[in-house]
Amino acid sequence: MINKIKHYWLVMRRPSVHYSLGFLTMGGFLMGIIFWGGFNTALEFTNTEEFCTGCHEMRNNVYQELQQTIHFSNRSGVRAKCSDCHVPHDWTDKLARKMQASKEVWGKLFGTINTREKFEEKRRELAEHEWARFKSNDSLECRNCHNFEYMDFTSQSKRAAKQHSTALAKGEKTCIDCHKGIAHQLPDMTGVEGW
Amino acid sequence: MSEKVIVCFFVLSLMAFNTIANESIATLRGQTSLSNEATPPLMEKVENRDIKRKRNYPMQPPTIPHKINNYQVDLKTNKCLTCHSRKYTEQSQAPMISVTHYMDRDGNFLADVSPRRYFCKQCHVTQTVATPLVDNSFMDIDDILKAERNQR
Repeated sequence: MINKIKHYWLVMRRPSVHYSLGFLTMGGFLMGIIFWGGFNTALEFTNTEEFCTGCHEMRNNVYQELQQTIHFSNRSGVRAKCSDCHVPHDWTDKLARKMQASKEVWGKLFGTINTREKFEEKRRELAEHEWARFKSNDSLECRNCHNFEYMDFTSQSKRAAKQHSTALAKGEKTCIDCHKGIAHQLPDMTGVEGW
Repeated sequence: MSEKVIVCFFVLSLMAFNTIANESIATLRGQTSLSNEATPPLMEKVENRDIKRKRNYPMQPPTIPHKINNYQVDLKTNKCLTCHSRKYTEQSQAPMISVTHYMDRDGNFLADVSPRRYFCKQCHVTQTVATPLVDNSFMDIDDILKAERNQR
């Protein structure tokens, strides 16, 4: 085993005999583009709505609920798809989230939520994961579109302006503290703070 | 002879009543014939001014002066109570649901909202700026009393 590693190390160290430096650099460059691009394309594909709603767990439960809300259908036609709220936009965070999501593959394989009853049973737990994530990143995914700096309190309703100009402005609260259940139905909220 | 007249009169008056009824229904649904689907009128915007409205009589459930789109009120949770319940009125400064909501039907006070008062929208509703489709002859009790006093 150690001999094998040594052998490969030597191969890697020795200058190439058969291939020119130009071929190796250009080849490396090209393959880099292909592999990197392919990886990113695959990653982006898992961010599409078609991919998310490809499984009945998502299509028949959460996707149906989303369609009733303002984040799906509204006067101006701007809408949020699954990944807009559930996957961070910048690269490192996105990759971390994608690694976390490998647990969802496990759940899919073993049918953790493959019936409505099982899903309802798990709803509180799943919701709590998302609330915790939003809470810890200061509702980053909300703020990707809803930028506090550009909020016009004068065109908000009185109640909204009051909350946004005080609790939110001071950083005491973050979006998810009040806006739970805006895109999906809420689980049994017994014992949740503020409910 | 007289029986026939009575029956005739009865049938005629029924027909007359029917035409009147038909006409009044027709004004409600517009001039579209019964076999066609009328174009529904535009949905009016819900008033969202947060200003309390006067109650038309003392026992009237107050109307909701703000939008309540997608407020979840079911066995799992009640969005309205996140502001209007006793616990949260201090931070929300919303009016607390009245004490009757904490009473059971025998008048005993409960720790939390009574199940029979849990579904807010059974009594409390939002208002739109739509013009009423039917006339309303409701009179405020004060106006009735005033009219009576003036008659005397």
